[in-house]
Amino acid sequence: MAYGDKVIDHFENPRNMGSLDKGSDTVGTGIVGAPECGDVMKLQIQVEEDRIVDAKFKTFGCGSAIASSSLATEWVKGMTIDEAHALKNTDIVEELGLPPVKIHCSVLAEEAIKSAIEDYQSKQSKS
Amino acid sequence: MATMDVDGKRLVYLDNFAATRTDPLVVEAMLPYFTEHFGNAHSRSHAYGWSAENAVDTAREQVAKLVGCKAGEIIFTSGGTEGCNLAIHGVAKMYEERGKHIVTSAVEHRAVLDPIRSLERQGYEASYLPVDNTGLVSPETLREAIREDTILVSMIFASNEIGTIQDVAAMGAICKDKGVIFHVDACVGLDTETIDVDAMGIDILSMSAHKMYGPGGVGAVYVRRRRPRVRLTPLVIGGGQERGMRHGTLNVPGIVGMGKAAEIAFETRESEKARILNLRTKFEGVLKEGLEEVYVNGHPTQRLPGALNISFNYIEGESLMMGMAGICVSSGSACTSATLEPSHVMRALGVGEDLVHTSIRFSLGRFTTEDDIDYAAEECLRAARKLRDMSPLWEMFKEGIDLSEIEWKHD
Repeated sequence: MAYGDKVIDHFENPRNMGSLDKGSDTVGTGIVGAPECGDVMKLQIQVEEDRIVDAKFKTFGCGSAIASSSLATEWVKGMTIDEAHALKNTDIVEELGLPPVKIHCSVLAEEAIKSAIEDYQSKQSKS
Repeated sequence: MATMDVDGKRLVYLDNFAATRTDPLVVEAMLPYFTEHFGNAHSRSHAYGWSAENAVDTAREQVAKLVGCKAGEIIFTSGGTEGCNLAIHGVAKMYEERGKHIVTSAVEHRAVLDPIRSLERQGYEASYLPVDNTGLVSPETLREAIREDTILVSMIFASNEIGTIQDVAAMGAICKDKGVIFHVDACVGLDTETIDVDAMGIDILSMSAHKMYGPGGVGAVYVRRRRPRVRLTPLVIGGGQERGMRHGTLNVPGIVGMGKAAEIAFETRESEKARILNLRTKFEGVLKEGLEEVYVNGHPTQRLPGALNISFNYIEGESLMMGMAGICVSSGSACTSATLEPSHVMRALGVGEDLVHTSIRFSLGRFTTEDDIDYAAEECLRAARKLRDMSPLWEMFKEGIDLSEIEWKHD
């Protein structure tokens, strides 16, 4: 199985790899997947006035999973919450050229974004 | 000699349990049989046929010597998978009046499991013996599993995934005692281990050339001729060759290659076993010292010298292979298999599903040098550390979170 160039690029030079302060009110943290499935993504967003100003990821998973989550953080930075929520896994598949057997990685990345947004929003409704 | 620069990237081949480089001496031995002595080994009437036949006879003796049998007990095939299919289907059909029960293990290669499953769908019964956490089948469980209607026991000699070597001699003795035919899949391990079919009570032995530095597309099956005489219903028919057990024109160059590979294995197996074990011990040591949370899968000592199947906790296998690009290995991770199912062997060992996805199989071999493993270890550590930095699971582990307590969000 030869890896696509873009997938390799994200792997060699991951964008926004790292962590934000999950305790902060302005940070939303989404953790999706499971170790038994071989895929776990943690995606975090820092939000200011409804706009995502920073995003970070950490992923346990194959090259395609890492690339999907790296790309996701790259895209959501600068987006509003609503724009980020509208991102579809198919956009990721197209951008990275993921083969059918790796589509589930892009689905997980979409879920990670939504999960981070949900976490952020639940913090806002509490305060 | 195992490294090759491609696009400026150094390649180190550590996947010898998948395939081995054909030994240059083997290639040299084979070449005349393509263009000079190209006759059909069964052409009785001319020199081209005779020279091909002689070459096949020599190869038969070389393979027989490797496993301690008579030349007349060797049948040539197209490879290990065919050999296992012939052994299993061949015994099942030939002896179906005696019984329809087969005993095997949970860690067999698909070339054994699939034929057995296919027989189950035809009304045969099978018992799959469990293994302990090092991959060993207990001979006692074998003894208990054999029934009045058992006609075949099929065991892998050494696991191609984790390298664990079964207690074959003990199992052979039990099979002799119970009067059951004993098939051993020895596709992996003949280059370093000594198999003696009489001493080990083996009745059928499957072998594959391309796992012992011979060419692909050829294998051999030893079929016992005396005490007892074992017969197999052939799978491939049309012509009567190979004592009626595997018809078809012989792959003369391939067979010559297999014979030469067997001869080299016979001569070098002891010294190679020691040399490769040294390299692996060093390699394993460097990895264990360089990283915490690494676990070797397989028996600590009763294991093929080249085998190092190792789980790197909190790092997914395919990403690690990508990270050490150039180091050519395999993984037990689901991501790398066509079906997205993790390895059945790892499951049988009782390795947790999460750890299964983190395993990498390194298999050292004849052409692996110390420089290769020094470089490979360095690359592996570098990639592993990078991936640990990237891993949310490692981060949680470092924070003291018990991952087994977490309720994961997944479908």
